[in-house]
Amino acid sequence: MRYSLSSIIRNAASGHRHWPKVWRNPEPQKSYDVVIVGGGGHGLATAYYLARNHGITNVAVLEKGYLGNGNIGRNTTIVRSNYLCSENSQFYEHSLKLWEGLSADLNYNVMLSQRGALNVFHTPAQRDAAIRRGNAFSLNGIDSVLVSREEVKKLAPLVDCSPNARFPVLGGLLQPRGGSVRHDAVAWGFARAADTRGVDIIQNCEVTGFRIEKGRVRGVETSRGPIRANKVGIVVAGRSTLVARMAGLRLPIESHVLQCFVTEPVKPVLDTVVMFAAAHFSIVQSDKGGLVFNGDLDGYNSYAQRGNMPVMSGVAESAVSFMPRLSRLRLLRHWGGINDMTPDGSPFITRTPVKGLFFNGGWCYGGFKGTPASGWTFAHLIANDEPHPFAAGYTLSRFETGRVINENGAGPQPGKH
Amino acid sequence: MQIHCPWCGPRSLDEFEYGGDASKTRPSGKTQENMEAWVDYVFLHDNPAGRHREYWQHVGGCRSWLIVTRDTRTHEISKVELACASSRKGAK
Repeated sequence: MRYSLSSIIRNAASGHRHWPKVWRNPEPQKSYDVVIVGGGGHGLATAYYLARNHGITNVAVLEKGYLGNGNIGRNTTIVRSNYLCSENSQFYEHSLKLWEGLSADLNYNVMLSQRGALNVFHTPAQRDAAIRRGNAFSLNGIDSVLVSREEVKKLAPLVDCSPNARFPVLGGLLQPRGGSVRHDAVAWGFARAADTRGVDIIQNCEVTGFRIEKGRVRGVETSRGPIRANKVGIVVAGRSTLVARMAGLRLPIESHVLQCFVTEPVKPVLDTVVMFAAAHFSIVQSDKGGLVFNGDLDGYNSYAQRGNMPVMSGVAESAVSFMPRLSRLRLLRHWGGINDMTPDGSPFITRTPVKGLFFNGGWCYGGFKGTPASGWTFAHLIANDEPHPFAAGYTLSRFETGRVINENGAGPQPGKH
Repeated sequence: MQIHCPWCGPRSLDEFEYGGDASKTRPSGKTQENMEAWVDYVFLHDNPAGRHREYWQHVGGCRSWLIVTRDTRTHEISKVELACASSRKGAK
């Protein structure tokens, strides 16, 4: 059923008791044209665009747990496309354009709010870097505006712009089209739209192995029996190395935990996404009123989905030195998501040495904002066995060939990006 | 999380800096002649969900490099040794 004003009125009249299930819950069939391993945001987006752009609907998405349990529900919901390296900027700009039309495309309100993403800077060196980045964005056709301290004050009155601030604010670089999206709605919206086009979404179905014959993938073994498919996509960020190892692949990825925090809800105090450059800290206010923070990785390999105290106190200190009025807010919840960290901070959307087996992962911090473009380009790769031009750089071989895409200029330690 | 430094005793995590996977051995020979081994050494790590041998440096204390065996699912530490002692053992 299409969601519309008339469907709301009709269902309101019957007391909202007759809304149909948002997606089916089918039993797995014996074989599919394409199997997607991982029902996170990227896996669901891939299935949706396989059906929408390429007409491939005999597709199964296999999810170990339930939809929305992984990183699609564990991020800080920020979207923006202000990336410096050209491979990243074209990819994330495509993603932001898809975000802009996504609610209408999916017939599901993902609650995109383009409230602006503001990177505040504090030193002349940071200002020079921001100007350089801003010029690069403009050359790539990405909106960016250099703003003064007074404008920062106007955009985000919570920021301490006084000369007495611990890290005095000099100005900022704003991407007006950046903003936030309701993250759960992204999972549900893609799931519903894929399901409507005939994709089978199979929850509680763990992939336990791959069937590979003569260097070609023939299907997967799962906790609910074997499933045949000549094309399989792995999209399991956080556990990529473990799943890929079952297919005999070794990946340049380490798993690290990134913590997020949300305060008790307050009245609207912040209508912009703000990034603090004196430490690594970002803040956005959710529609429920909670202020959502995140900071650095904990910095060591982890599959624990929970973090440690030093990062928690560092994030709280950043929050208070940046926005002193937050000092009396209490943190309500905090959680950890497991990030695939790569040696250059950029992802993979690529073929593998096994024919018919494709890999999407290594999203570091950038996974949520990349969700639609990741699905779009990965579906293109699976359907045509040819990389999409916007994701052609995201190969596994780039470390051997030296064509790394290193946004931060940090070294090869995955935890440093 | 605390790490039991062999010199300083149990100390808080924020005194330590992570140094990564300790299971790797630096390849010998020039990069060009031994490219595969170097790519493997620099970029490809096992990344296990379970026991992981890893380097830590006690930067806020005695500055020793340690090899810690930690479970990446629970952060439980089963062993801490001095990296220099371990490498001496390895050299024998």
